[in-house]
Order: sequence, then C-alpha cells, then structure tokens
Amino acid sequence: MKTKTEIQTPALESSRTRTIKIFGVGSAGVSLLDTLNGEEFAGAGFVAINTDASSLATSSALVKIHLETKLMRGLGTGGDPERGRAIAEEQFATLKTACEGADVILILAGLGGGAGSGISPVLARAAKETGALVLAFVTLPFLCEGNRRQQQAQQSLEQLKSVADGVICLPNQKAFKLIDENTSVLDTFRITGGLLVEGVRGVWQLFTRPGLIQIHFDDLCALVRDRHFESAFAFVEASGAGRSREIVEKLLAHPLLDEGRALAESDAVLVSLVGGKDLTMAEVNRVMEKINRQCERAQIIMGAAIDATLKNKLSATVIAARHNPVAKTEIVSGSSEPIASRGATSRSAAHSIPSAPSFTPEQREQMVARHSSSGRSRRNSSKMLQAQLPLAIISKGRFDKSEPTIHKGEDLDIPTYIRRGVALN
Amino acid sequence: MFDESNIIVGLEIGTSKVCAVVGEQSADGALNVIGLGQSRSRGVRKGEIADAPMVEEDVRNAIVEAEQMADVEIRNVYLGVTGAHIRGFNNRGVHPVVSADREISDDDVQDVVKNAKAINLPNENTVVHAIRQHFFVDGQDGVTNPVGMLGSRLEVDVHVVHGHTNRLQNAIRLVKGLQLEVDEIVFNGLASSLALLSGEQKELGALVIDIGGGTTDYVVYSDGVIKHTGVLAVGGDHVSNDLAYGLKVPLSRAEKLKLEHGSALVDEAMKGRTLTLTNELGLPLKTINVEHLQRIMSLRLEEIFQLVEQDLAQAGLSDYLRAGVFLCGGGARVPQIAKLAEPILQMSVSLGQTNSVSGLKSALDQPEFVTAIGLARFGSFKNRKREGKSSFPERIKKTIGTILRR
Repeated sequence: MKTKTEIQTPALESSRTRTIKIFGVGSAGVSLLDTLNGEEFAGAGFVAINTDASSLATSSALVKIHLETKLMRGLGTGGDPERGRAIAEEQFATLKTACEGADVILILAGLGGGAGSGISPVLARAAKETGALVLAFVTLPFLCEGNRRQQQAQQSLEQLKSVADGVICLPNQKAFKLIDENTSVLDTFRITGGLLVEGVRGVWQLFTRPGLIQIHFDDLCALVRDRHFESAFAFVEASGAGRSREIVEKLLAHPLLDEGRALAESDAVLVSLVGGKDLTMAEVNRVMEKINRQCERAQIIMGAAIDATLKNKLSATVIAARHNPVAKTEIVSGSSEPIASRGATSRSAAHSIPSAPSFTPEQREQMVARHSSSGRSRRNSSKMLQAQLPLAIISKGRFDKSEPTIHKGEDLDIPTYIRRGVALN
Repeated sequence: MFDESNIIVGLEIGTSKVCAVVGEQSADGALNVIGLGQSRSRGVRKGEIADAPMVEEDVRNAIVEAEQMADVEIRNVYLGVTGAHIRGFNNRGVHPVVSADREISDDDVQDVVKNAKAINLPNENTVVHAIRQHFFVDGQDGVTNPVGMLGSRLEVDVHVVHGHTNRLQNAIRLVKGLQLEVDEIVFNGLASSLALLSGEQKELGALVIDIGGGTTDYVVYSDGVIKHTGVLAVGGDHVSNDLAYGLKVPLSRAEKLKLEHGSALVDEAMKGRTLTLTNELGLPLKTINVEHLQRIMSLRLEEIFQLVEQDLAQAGLSDYLRAGVFLCGGGARVPQIAKLAEPILQMSVSLGQTNSVSGLKSALDQPEFVTAIGLARFGSFKNRKREGKSSFPERIKKTIGTILRR
C-alpha cells in the first residue's frame, strides 16, 4: 500500500507560555477551522486533516495533512469510519509529529461521516502521546441523516471520550430550536458551526485572557471528563448598563440550555465571564448569584477575566455537564480495550473489503458489556434509572405536540416522578 | 312552552368531555336544571382547541342531547373558557369626587369602575372578566355601595381575568359556526365557584380547585369577593400520561387503570400487590404493580396542589380561607384526594356540592358537571340583573308599554 502525505512546515509562535493547536478533522472540521482562522485566534496553530483533497485545497490553514491511499482513488473515505481509522493508524507517526510542541490541542470534527469519525479518536490518542491536553469539540449528525450515521457518530464519540481529556459535543438536532421553517440548509449548518465556534472561543478566552479569577484547563477537563453524553454549552454577550441582568436573561432563555433547564439538571457548571476594564465585582456577583440559584445541585467553577478590547461589553461562556453513570462504565471498559491494540493485519483486512458489518468483534463485545452493565445497574439502584433515559429525550406522549407547560423552568408535562427522581423498584 | 329568555344554557368545551347544561330560571331568579347533554371530547388539549372539526362534532352531539332531554331549542349559550393563557390580577381605579356637596353619585361609581378597567394589557390580550371587589371612600376600606356617601376620593379594586384574544376567539367562532349565539364567555374556574359556594362561604373565604382533564383552574374568594384566579395547564390527562409512561401501557389502558385502581395516596394494603393485564382473548399481557400506579398518581396530584399552594402563598391569601377548600372536576373523584390535599394546603378540604341549584339530581351530584352548571348559574345572574326581578306577565306589560309609547 502506498501512501502520499503532504506536510508543510508549521510556523508556530513559540513565545507563548502555552502553545495551542487547533485541528480540523474531516470536511466539517476543516470548514469550521476556516471560520476560526481569524485575528482573534492569532497565536494558535491551525492544522487541517482530511482524506478529501478538494476540501483541503480551499482551506486557509497553515498546515494541511492529506491522508490518502490508492484504495480511495482520491475520493475520501466514502462515509466509512473504518477506512478513516485505518488510514489514520497507518499515518500515526505523521499525526504525532503534527501534534508535537503543543500544550493544548483542540480537535474540531463533525462526527457521523468517514473522516471525522474515523480519524478524530486516533488523532486524540496521538496528541495524548505527545503529552498535550486534548479537548475535542464535535457535532453529532441530524437525526434525518439516518441511523447509520448516528450509530457511527455515537461509536466514535465513545472512542474519543476514552482517549481525550474532554469532549464537548453538540448534537446538530438541537439547532432545530434555533431555526425556523424558512432557514436554508446552508444557514442551518452555518448556525451549528457557529455554535461550536462560540464554544471554542469561550475556551480560548479561558486560556488567553488575563484572569482575575483563574480557571485552569484542568478544571475544564475535570468538568467535561467522565461526564455524560453531551455537555450543554452557551456563549452569550451583552452590553450597556443592564448587561449583567441581560446576560442572565439570555442564558436562561438560551435554546441550547433548554431554556435554563439544562442548568437545573446539570451537576457541574463552568462559568467564565469576560468583560472590559470596567467589569465590576458587583456585576460578577449578580450573574453568579442568579446562576447559583438556577443550579443548586451543581458544582460550580467560575472564572472572570478582563479583555481590554471588549469595552462596555460582557460575555459569558457556560458549560454545563451532567453526570451519567453508564457513560462512566463505558469509558472504563473502553480504556481496557484501547483501539491502539488492534493489529495491522486485521486493519487492512477490515478495510480492503467494503465493510458490510459495521461492528468488529471487539466493538460487539464492548456493546454487549455495556448492555449487561446497564441492565445490572438498573435493577440495583435508583440513580441508575436515569441511565435508561439518556439526554432529555423523555417522550411526552399525549403532549408531544401541544404547547409545553413550563413552570419556573420545569416542564410539567414530564411525569412528576421522573422529575423528582423517585425510584419505582 | 317556555319563554326563551328563561332558558339558560352553559356550554363547557372541556379536555375530556363537552358538556351542555340547560337551566330554567324561575320568576324569583332561582335556577332549575332541566337538561344535560355530554359527549366525549376528542379535539381539545390542555383546555384549548387543537382539532376544530372534531370539537365541532362533539359540541353538536352534546347540544343535541341536551335539547332532547330538556325539550327546548338551544339558541344562546354561556361558553366556558380556560387554558394556560388565562391570567388574573387585581387592579385599582381612582376617581376624584368633584361635585360641590361631595356626595358620591351613580356617575362617580361608573367612572371609577371604568378607570379600574382601563388596564395596560398587551395588544393580543382581551379582558374576560373585570369583577368589582370593594370600594374605598377617602381610604376607608370595605364599602360595598358608596352611592350617597360623602367623600372626595373614590377608589375601587377590580379583579381582572384576561386571556389571549385569538385563542378565546377560536372557541367563540367554533360555537357560532354551529348557529349558536354566545351570550358571554366565562372563565371556567369562576363558573365552578359560582355553582359551589354559598354567600356565607364566599364571605368567610374559600378556595375552589377544579381539576379538569387538561387544566386545573382555581379561584379564591375572600370577604365575599374574588381575590385571585389561576390556571395550571396540568390535569387528569397528565396523570394518565404519567401512568402510560411509567407503567409502559397504552394511554387508553392507563386511563382505565386510573379509573379502576387509582388513588391519591398510596394504599398500604396495596403494597406489593400486582395486576395482570389481559388482551381481548383473556391471555395475560403484562403485570403491573399497583403500588407504582398509585405512587405515580400521588406524586402528580401532590405536585398540582403544591403549585396551587405556592401561588396562593405568593399572593398572600393562604391565611384568609376560613371556609376551606372545595374540589370539583373529574379529578375530585380520585379516592383519598381530600386526604392528600389537606396537609399540603393546610386547610380542611372537601368535595364541592352544588347547593344553589335545583333540578336533575343525577347531574347535580357529579363533580364533572359543576363547571357547566356554574356557567348556567352565571347566566342566571346576568339575566336577573338585566331584567330586574320582574315576573313574566309584568315583563310582557313592560314590552307592550314601550311599544305603545312610541
């Protein structure tokens, strides 16, 4: 098998105390990377990775890595993550060199396709081996994209979680709350991309702005690691006299936070406030007081920072994570069977045949283990009942299509016993 | 036959049923229920119309049944409305008395009431009721009729019930489409309270909670006047839905289980007891734990009362309800519901009885029909006001007199 790899020499600023590299993986990741590649993120190294040459050609990233084999005939992975993974494993050394020299690595990818789902976990592992902290920002496909893509995305997400320090995940489906009947497909993808970019910007600000109350990267990783399926995050901005109040209002009305419900349900929340030089302690206090009240159960990590360019503006990044006991067991089982352990022969065999079964034996084993573990836990304790109902997708049955009855941020259409966490055993 | 204006019809388009009550008003103003029609409602969710053609059919059925039973033709109805969009609040109007002798005249009273009704509502909202509470003359509290009193400053409190115009119009238009006139729309909670409470109870202070299929409506009386109204878009449907979800049975089955085995409190004797559901052939389908059923139900009902209690506490009315709490609506049928509500509301709770109306015993005893009866009762009050207390022959004399005078 012949491989062709293009690497352009990275031009990185090494003067910073902390070097950050941002990787865009797959077509979605590469285009997201392009939107990021502006002045605001000066100082970060941008690396685009894809199997599809045409998407790379249009990218403005400094470093482009084109993963290719003859088998693909320049057509990319054809939506098969197995191929993406195989080629990434082959080029593991290349990925590792690209990761070297960075303290923090952010991975942007759209899961569900071939390249994003296949390469990201391998890249995360490569980055981890160079000693960097790895944080992945990924999107999950729309439900209408089909079962297969969902499944691929979920698998890849699990793998990513087992290697990366943190995964922040945005299901595209959530963007439906932000669009109306007339929004074009193009705009919709721009919106979901925009949300992810906001998340990256929020994290970026955590590292680069001088902090009055510092949030360490470790805090962030501890927050998103081992927690649940998806973290809800929101980035809001406000200016003017009543900006602290406005910020809180916007947060509580934010569709990605389920109108504030996500806050009430989460058990760990990270809040980062960035304001101009005129940011007052009273404002910080006001915002935090409101948020504290919203999420009484949660462990709250807060930070405040000054950005002189923000003048009169206040921006807040909120990342809320919910604990998911099953997700934890998955991670444990995943790390005991690292993807790296797979031999090269089985790999090439797996992808030379256009793969019809999407599970390898190991994955199947993993799935079975997960099933039995969740089954056991359901019988044993009340808390595990939550695991049966991932995300907040509780069918509202009769009230599915009617206007929801919201009372103080609680959806009263959801059975009371579920909202109160009463166990029926 | 009856004089048409003596017939008063209350029509309630509820979430679980459409119900029409035909009342006949006697010369002294008392109401006698002579007919009742009902039909299962299929197009209403949370008290609001979701499927208009379906609702039209149901309303027609109910009206026809009521017409047959009472042997009258129904032309006008008092229509009950509810829904989460309906809100109530208190407003005060002020009017300076300008006449030289400082005596308060009828005009002053009209003016002050008009001022109180001038409320800043969002454009899309309309006032359903503006109910007069008490007058204040120069700050003196508790004046019920200030005409003839001396004072320089007249104030009045009104309780305003308002709702979303378009949603209210939906129901009105639907009824008008059936060739029926809508005399007036009435908030369901208010109608229920009219049917249940006696004057004395209103004076002492009482809370009426109408737990319907889609909504829970409540009204607070104190010192003889309405102090507070509220709608919670949670009702019996939610209980069924919770059961369907929690027990993993279809909604229709959940509904049936609710009626047969439901309870507001978990029955100690039922702990560990199971039920076996069978299909139409008598083969066992599924086993259900009765304790779970009752726990799910109990939690939902408990929550409803807690939300009502919170609302009352916020309005500062919890301590003024000496006559206690009266329950009605289908939810009042749940066994032990009064026992569940008492510790939450910290008041005596009882099932409401329609005392002020006579007639069909079968209709008056049912908590489901309280609202529709109350609607007819509301109509009888209106009629009485309009007509004075004149008897039928006198009224004819009056009409002839006015014709002759022309």
